[in-house]
Amino acid sequence: MSATRMTCRDMVQFLMDYLSEELPDDTRTVFEMHVNACPDCVTYLATYRETIVLCRESFTVREQDVPVEVPEDLIQAILAAQKKIAGQA
Amino acid sequence: MSETGTSAAVADEAALVAGLRARRPDAFETMVRVYTPRLLAVARRLVGNDEDARDVVQDAMLSAYRSIDKFEAHSRVSTWLHRIVVNAGLMKLRTRRRKPEESIEPLLPTFREDGHYRNELPAWAAASDETAERNEMQRIVREAILNLPESYREVVVLRDIEEQDTASTAAALGITPNAVKIRLHRARQALRTQLEQHLRRGRS
Repeated sequence: MSATRMTCRDMVQFLMDYLSEELPDDTRTVFEMHVNACPDCVTYLATYRETIVLCRESFTVREQDVPVEVPEDLIQAILAAQKKIAGQA
Repeated sequence: MSETGTSAAVADEAALVAGLRARRPDAFETMVRVYTPRLLAVARRLVGNDEDARDVVQDAMLSAYRSIDKFEAHSRVSTWLHRIVVNAGLMKLRTRRRKPEESIEPLLPTFREDGHYRNELPAWAAASDETAERNEMQRIVREAILNLPESYREVVVLRDIEEQDTASTAAALGITPNAVKIRLHRARQALRTQLEQHLRRGRS
């Protein structure tokens, strides 16, 4: 990469540091210049970000995912296992 | 698996922690009763089925009992247990027999001589408002994450899903911060490629 030009390959390489605001100022400037002029990199940047959001959302536990009733058999199994450990101590 | 909107809580966490430190059985039972439902949901998301999720919660509760002395006074019991469950869940996934891991190399972008993308980059359709479609998409995303090679999956779970920072992820996995960053970036690129097939605009 020259000091003033960046390719799409360079953009992808610097992408994560760009998003976490870890790029040095001069590199960030060249990075943004490239993205502003490159529709493919605009798409890549947007879909990379969207991927992170989707990962987070897909594992989020919502209130309706939490069982309303405490599963008593599991509770009893855990309590019994704990007693066993405590007995050994 | 973020921790927001926790419905379960105890009135006096300090008293609960004191009881746990004193190894009082009633304190342990309170902890198990209050936090199990939510933790079960967290574990189920991570390991994908009820049976393994129950094992994970049990392992986590016992591990919490053993390590109560490491509980730091400024943290919350729910946060502490959540983290223990996620670690137990990752352990469970590690021991589970899976099909052989596939390299993520073919899922990384490739470039022409001049540094431009070799393949076209379609824009993605906006997220659907329909619940069924969203649920299906989330299932696809979870599947893609769980099918990543283990060393990538664990980094994605801790950094992007649990939102732990690079340093604590590195410490948890026993790798360097730089290795965390490299794996995370590669994993995100591989996931992006897989999701592109489902989300490209104008898909049928």
